[in-house]
Amino acid sequence: MDFTKPTIEYADIWPLLVVFGVACLGVVVEAFVARERRFVVQAALAGLGLAVALGGTIWVAGNLHEHAGGAARGAVDVEGTVVVDGPAVFLWGIILVFALGGVLLFAERRLEGGVSAFAGQAAALPGTEAERQASTRGLEHTEVFPLLMFAVGGMMLFPAANDLLTMFVALEVLSLPLYLLCGLARRRRLLSQEAALKYFLLGAFSSGFFLYGVALVYGFAGSMEFADIHEAVRNDLENQTLLLIGIGMLSVGLLFKVGAAPFHSWTPDVYQGAPTPVTAFMAAGTKIAAFGAILRLFYVALGAERWTWQPMLWVVAILTMIVGAVLAVVQTDMKRMLAYSSVAHTGFLLTGVLGVQQVSELADGELTSLQAVLFYLTTYGFAMVGAFAVVTLVRDSGGEASAFSRWAGLGRRSPLVAALFAFFLLSMAGIPLTAGFVGKWAVFTVALSAGAWPVVVAAIACSIIAVFFYVRVIVLMFFIDGSPDGGEVAVATRPSVLTSATIAVGVAATLVLGIVPGPVLTLTEHAGQFLR
Amino acid sequence: MTDFPWLTVLIVVPLVGALVTAVLGRGRGDDALPKQVALGFAVLTAVVGILIATQFDTGAGMQLEETHTWIEAFGVHYAVGVDGLGLLMILLTVGLVPVVFVASWHEADGRSPAAFFAWALALEAFALCVFAATDVFLFYVVFEATLIPAYFMIGGFGREGRAYAALKFLMFQLGGGLVLLAAVIGLYVVSADAGTPSYLLSDLSQIDMSTTWERWLFVGFMVAFIVKAPLFPLHTWLADTTEKATPGTSVLLVCVLDKIGTFGMLRFCLGIFPGASEWATPVVVTLALISIVYGAFLAIGQDDILRLIGLTSLSHFGFITLGIFALTTQGGSGSILYMVNHGVGTAALFLLAGYLIRRKGTSLISEITGVENRAPVLAGLFLVAGLATLGLPGLSQFVSEILVMIAAFDYHWWVGAVSVTGIVLAAVYVLWLYQRTMTGPPVPADAGMKDLSRRELVAVVPLIAALVVFGFWPMPLLDAANPTVETLLEHVGVTDDQPTVPVAEEGAH
Repeated sequence: MDFTKPTIEYADIWPLLVVFGVACLGVVVEAFVARERRFVVQAALAGLGLAVALGGTIWVAGNLHEHAGGAARGAVDVEGTVVVDGPAVFLWGIILVFALGGVLLFAERRLEGGVSAFAGQAAALPGTEAERQASTRGLEHTEVFPLLMFAVGGMMLFPAANDLLTMFVALEVLSLPLYLLCGLARRRRLLSQEAALKYFLLGAFSSGFFLYGVALVYGFAGSMEFADIHEAVRNDLENQTLLLIGIGMLSVGLLFKVGAAPFHSWTPDVYQGAPTPVTAFMAAGTKIAAFGAILRLFYVALGAERWTWQPMLWVVAILTMIVGAVLAVVQTDMKRMLAYSSVAHTGFLLTGVLGVQQVSELADGELTSLQAVLFYLTTYGFAMVGAFAVVTLVRDSGGEASAFSRWAGLGRRSPLVAALFAFFLLSMAGIPLTAGFVGKWAVFTVALSAGAWPVVVAAIACSIIAVFFYVRVIVLMFFIDGSPDGGEVAVATRPSVLTSATIAVGVAATLVLGIVPGPVLTLTEHAGQFLR
Repeated sequence: MTDFPWLTVLIVVPLVGALVTAVLGRGRGDDALPKQVALGFAVLTAVVGILIATQFDTGAGMQLEETHTWIEAFGVHYAVGVDGLGLLMILLTVGLVPVVFVASWHEADGRSPAAFFAWALALEAFALCVFAATDVFLFYVVFEATLIPAYFMIGGFGREGRAYAALKFLMFQLGGGLVLLAAVIGLYVVSADAGTPSYLLSDLSQIDMSTTWERWLFVGFMVAFIVKAPLFPLHTWLADTTEKATPGTSVLLVCVLDKIGTFGMLRFCLGIFPGASEWATPVVVTLALISIVYGAFLAIGQDDILRLIGLTSLSHFGFITLGIFALTTQGGSGSILYMVNHGVGTAALFLLAGYLIRRKGTSLISEITGVENRAPVLAGLFLVAGLATLGLPGLSQFVSEILVMIAAFDYHWWVGAVSVTGIVLAAVYVLWLYQRTMTGPPVPADAGMKDLSRRELVAVVPLIAALVVFGFWPMPLLDAANPTVETLLEHVGVTDDQPTVPVAEEGAH
C-alpha cells in the first residue's frame, strides 16, 4: 500500500498550530519551571500565544483566495479536512479575542487576596487536611492555562472542520478541557465538582449521539466530507430515513453544546458551579464555536435538505427562547440568571440560523443569515464575558456573592461597577444604542425575511419577558437599599488591571458596536459565504 | 447658512450638557453649579430651537435636512429634518425643559440633583432626535433610548413606591417598543423585497406594499403608539407613573414623551401606511372615544392630585387621536395644536400641583382645603391652568378642542356627541378639584404657608402667558401645522367634504 505524504497548508492553518503548540509547551513548562515562577510564565505564555494566533488570523484573513467574484474566499486545506474560509477565520478571530479575555480573568489574583480563582490542589478532597495544607501553602493550579489553550484549539477547529470526523474530534478537544476546568473552583468546591461531573456525563452522552449521527450520515452518503454529503443529499433519493435520523442525532450533539432546549439543563448548574472566569470564557467561546459548527453543518452539508431541518429548528428555537426567558425570571442567583439568559440567547441565535435563504432570494445588499449570526455572536460574547467579569468583582466575606440578596443596593455602594453591569444587561436585553440591539435586529430580520414570522413573534414575546428579568436586576442594584432579608451585602472589590481591562474592552465594544456597527457588519459581509 | 447642521446641533447641545452636568456633579452634593450649568445648556438648546424656527419656511415641507449613511448593511441613515409638526414639537420640548429645571430646582436635593438634571438633558436630546428623525430606524433607536433616562428619573427621584412605578412604566413602554421593533423589521423586509433595503421615510412612503403586510405593520406601529400616548386599554402605567414621579419628571413624560405617540401616528402611521390607517379608523376612533370618557371618569374619582392630572391626559390624548383619525384637515390641525396646548397646559397644572404638594406635604385632595386664603397667586394660576384644560374659550386649548370636535361631527354625529361629553366631564374634574382644594375656610395649620416664590413664578408664568396668547392668536401654530396636515391627507387620499348648504330654490314657496 502506497503512503502519500499529506499536504498541509501551513500558511493557512498556522494560527491553529500556534494555539496547539503553546498548549503543549504549557505542559512542558508545568514539568520544568519552578513552582513559584510557574503562574506568571504560564499566563504570559498563554496570553502571548493567543496574541500571536490572533495576529496570524488577521494575516490569514488578508490573504484568503477569492472565489466567485468575492462571494466566498478561502481554501479547503489538509486533504479536505479543514476549511479556512471567511466565516471560519472570522470565528477564529472572535474566539481568540474572548480567549484572551479568558486568560486575563484566569490570571487575576488580586480578588482572592493573592491567589487565583482555581483550587490549590484539585485532587485534595473538599474539607480534608490535604485541602487545608494546599491552601496554607498557597498552591495554585497553573495547568488551567494549557487546558484553556487546548480548549481554544478545539473551538477554532470546530467551525473550520470540513468533515464529520474532524468535527467530532474538535468537539472532544474543546469539551474535555472544559469539563476539567469546571471542577476547579477554589471556593464552593462541591458545587464546582458537581457541575463538572454533570457537564461531563451529559456531554459524553451527547457526544455519543453525535457520533451515532456521524455513522448514520456516512451510511447514507458514503462519505464524511461535507461536499460529498451535499452531493448525496441533492442526488440520492434512497435511504432518506438514514439521513433524517442522522440529522436528528447530529443536531442533538450540537444543540447540547449551544445549550438549546430541551438539551439545556446542564447550563445553569455548570455556569453556576464553574469558577466564574471559566464560565465567562466558556459562555462566549463554546457558543461561538458550536454555532460556527451548526452553521457549517446545516448550510454546507445539509443546505439542500433545508426543508427538513428548518421546521425542527423553528420548534427548538421557540422552545429555547421560552424556556430560557421564563426560567430566568424565577432565578435568585446572578450566575444562574445569566445562564438562563444565555439559553434565551441561544434561541435568538437559532432564530438567525433558521433564517437562511438562497442567495438568489435576497435583494441586493440584503443582510444574510450568516452575517446576522456572526454579528450576534460577537455582540453576545462581549456582553457575556463582560458581565461575568463583573460578577467576579462583587464579593462578600465568603468570596463571590452571586445571590440576588447580596446585590441589593450595589448601585449606591459601588456605582461604577453597578453601572457597567447594568449596561451589559441592557445590551443583553437589546436596548438601542447597545450592541445587543443591533444583533437582535439582525437575527430577527433574517428570520422574518425567510418567512419565519411565528418564530419572530415568539422571539419578540420572549424579549419582553427577558427585559423584565434584566430590569429587575437594575432595580435591585439601584433602587433597593440594603439586603431585603437583613443579611450581609456584597461590595465590588478593586480588581487588578487584568480584569479591569477585560471589562473595559467589553464595555467599549458593546457601546461601539451599538452605535457604529457598520465596520463589523462589513467585515461579516466581506467574509462571504461558506466554502464547500 | 443653509448647510449648517442645525438639527444635529440641536440634538448634540443637550447631550453634551448631560455629560458635563454628570461629570461636574460627581461628589458635589447639593451644590448649585451643576444645576446652573444644566440650565445654561437647556437655555442654549432653546435658543438653537428658536433660531431653527426663524429659518423655517411654513410652505416648504421637510427642511433643514441632513442625510448620512449610518449602517449600510441595514439601509439605515442618520437622517433628520423638520416639517411644521416636527418644529412645533421641538419648540414645545426646548421650551418646557428650562421651565421644568427652574420649577424643580430643589426637587432632587439630597438625592444627587446633578443626576436628575443630567438625565433630563439626555431625555431632551433623545426626544428632540425623535421629533427630527426622518429615518424609521433612527426613530426607533431614539424612541427606545428615551426610556432609559425616563426610567432613572422616575425610579431615582420620585416618591415612595417609585421603583415599582418605574418598572411598570418601563415594561409597558419596552413591550410596546418590541412590538414596534417587529414592525420596523417587517418594513426592512418589505423594503428589501421592493428592491434595495432603505429606512428613509421618503423611500418608505413610496413603497407599494401588499394590503396584508401594510395592515400588520400598521398594527405593530399603532400598538406602540397607543402604549406611548397612552390610549385605553394600554394606559394603566400612566396614573401610577405620574403619582410616583416628581412633578417635573411627569411634565417631561406626559407633555413631551407621550407626544411621541401621537406624533408617530401622524408621521408614520399616516405617512407610511395610508391605506391601513383609513382601514383602521373605526377601531382607533372607538378607542379614542373610550379614552376620552373613561379617562375623564377615572380622573373624577381620584383622590391624588398627580394621579388626577395624569388621567386627564388620557382623556386629552383621546381627543388628539380622535382628531388624527377623523382624517380631515380640521381634525389634523386641531390635533397638532392640541398636542402643543396640552403640553403647555398640563405642564402648568403639574408644576403648580407640585408647588402645592411641597407646601402641604401631601398629595391627597381630601387633606387639602382653603389654599386660596393663604396662597392666592398659586390658587389663581391653578384656576387659569385648570380652565385651559377644560377648554374655556379664550384659552388655547379651546381652539384645538373645537377643531377636533368639528372633525368628530364630520366623521359621524355620534362620535361628535360622545366627544362632547368629554368637555362636560372635564369641567367636573377641574372645577371640583379647585373647589375641594383651593376654596373653603383657611386651615390653621396653613398659617405659615407662603405664596409662590419668585423662582416658582418665573417657571409657570411663561406657560400661563402662552395659554392666553395662543388662545386669542393661534395663527402661528396653525400656519405651521396646516401644510403638514394637508400633505399627509393628500398622501392618505382623502379630501374634506365640502359643507353642503341648501340653496333656497326660487319659487319653491
